[in-house]
Amino acid sequence: MDRIADTDTESFLIHEARILDERRWEDWLALFADDGWYWVPIEEGQKDPKQTVSLMYDDRRLLETRVRRLAAGKLHAQSPISRTTRTVANVTVENEDKGKTIVRSKFQMIEYRRDKQRLFGGTQWHSLSAIDGGFRINWKKVELVNCDSMMDGLSVPF
Amino acid sequence: MQAEPAPNPRELIQPGRVHRRAYNDPQIFEMEMERIFGRAWIYVGHESQIPNPGDFVSTRMGRRPMVMVRHSDGEIFVIHNQCAHRGAMVVAQDAGNTEEFVCCYHGWTYGTDGKLIRVPLQHGYPGHFNPDDPGTAMVKAPRVESYRGFVFASLAKDGPALTDFLGYMTTSFDDMIDRAPDGEIEIAGGVFKHAFDGNWKLYLENLCDAAHPLFVHQSSIEAAVEQDDEVHTDGAGEVAVRQMRQNGAPYKFWLEEVGIWTYPNGHSFLGDYHDDEKLVAAKRDPVFAEYIDTMEAKKGVGETQRILEVTRWNSNIYPNISFMSQFRQFRVVHPVSVNRTEVYNYSFRMKGAPEKMFEDTVAFSNVTNGTGSLVLTDDLETYSRIGIGVNAGGAEWIEVGRGYETDRPGENGGVEGKDSTSEVYIRNMYDAWLDYMSTGEDAS
Repeated sequence: MDRIADTDTESFLIHEARILDERRWEDWLALFADDGWYWVPIEEGQKDPKQTVSLMYDDRRLLETRVRRLAAGKLHAQSPISRTTRTVANVTVENEDKGKTIVRSKFQMIEYRRDKQRLFGGTQWHSLSAIDGGFRINWKKVELVNCDSMMDGLSVPF
Repeated sequence: MQAEPAPNPRELIQPGRVHRRAYNDPQIFEMEMERIFGRAWIYVGHESQIPNPGDFVSTRMGRRPMVMVRHSDGEIFVIHNQCAHRGAMVVAQDAGNTEEFVCCYHGWTYGTDGKLIRVPLQHGYPGHFNPDDPGTAMVKAPRVESYRGFVFASLAKDGPALTDFLGYMTTSFDDMIDRAPDGEIEIAGGVFKHAFDGNWKLYLENLCDAAHPLFVHQSSIEAAVEQDDEVHTDGAGEVAVRQMRQNGAPYKFWLEEVGIWTYPNGHSFLGDYHDDEKLVAAKRDPVFAEYIDTMEAKKGVGETQRILEVTRWNSNIYPNISFMSQFRQFRVVHPVSVNRTEVYNYSFRMKGAPEKMFEDTVAFSNVTNGTGSLVLTDDLETYSRIGIGVNAGGAEWIEVGRGYETDRPGENGGVEGKDSTSEVYIRNMYDAWLDYMSTGEDAS
């Protein structure tokens, strides 16, 4: 299956991108299910976050810690902060099973911090469940086109 | 306009301090590439990366691109990744297997020992052109030696044997390998490649720095301390949160429970600072209990106890590696320019250990050494701020004098700090730096 997503699904992804751009970290965390996870692989086609390292791999517990550190605003790596602008497009539904919808989309994120601007882009995958008239994220996987490149530190989630 | 005279390295070192030109002067950097990276034993890779004849991996010695390759007879060569004809990089892949290396430009072809074996369409070269000349080749590093699978090369024809260069630090490699129930380890689980705008020396200067976690890592320590342990984890987050909390060990602990030891040639190691029963000590972890059972079955109770009683954190081998055996992390530092450095962080798998232990290694690597980690990002920021600082007009001297008055001779040669927070390991690296830098000739 790969059909164009309905507007509710696309609106959710746009909403998530906006929350991240506005650095509303706790609101972003609230989008995730209680056993949700977030993954940015380091290899193209990486099958597994357990046997190979990842740029980011957070189960719910680590995601909470990551968000708490960002929200507290004391991290040196975000002094000064990064400003970001994200664009989401090409949203398709790839699978629907037992109330969970797998959504694939393309994204670009420009990050500006201390005289440097970086451009990230790639494919993101969301597993979404419809709850209370909205969505919760069961998991989110972000495949960067340059996942295995030499990089300076990544403080801001995609 | 006259070029600025080359600085004299001796004038950049004083008791307990270093001139900032050591971190910001392109001429010093060029000297370092010739006199340190062109001379010292440089780690180039691990034998597990090239188990079979024809296996190769791309690597570097300083800025020089090299290929570590296993020849048909099993010998390991480290050859310059550049064609003798028009200078193109020959090997474009990170790793692979081949019988020969063929340049993309005009098909010059080299054996896995680097020797030129074919020049297609050879025509009208001058009399001095000799395809059998060792210089008309992907030139070999003159010396290659392994210590228990860790491969080093030197661009100098003469110098100390690898084991003499490593000295007492061979025990840190032993610690890494002996912990494997089968007595073997292998590189596994991918590699982090991260970079910062700062000098290459800053990296090792931080890896044995016991005084920095409370300051640099304050944000991740506080976030982890506040984390609710009832929240769902699949295991990865638990390892991560516990490790971040350990970085917040009280200052008293660093003073009383941890040590710092240095050895000739710039090497050093920091004692372990973990007391978390689920992490390194891991006495109450069921997976660790299974591991100890396996170790005792294979190595005996006494030998297992001896191995596990070694408690070291990072071991620095000057000039370019820092590793830790307890979670089998291995960082290789590559200088790019005076104010730009790249680091490769590898993980090792212990053969014969429970599979879950490698999952914990991956989780540990993600949180401490990952490009997107909650910990490393603050280290990278610190290196970059030092890069900004030493390149601005300002203080001439960098202070590395912490513990200077109280350092003392160590048990196995070298000097140790009175406690773990001494900067003795930095001064020790500068002793080696000055030895290399003040020996005038370029040996490469």
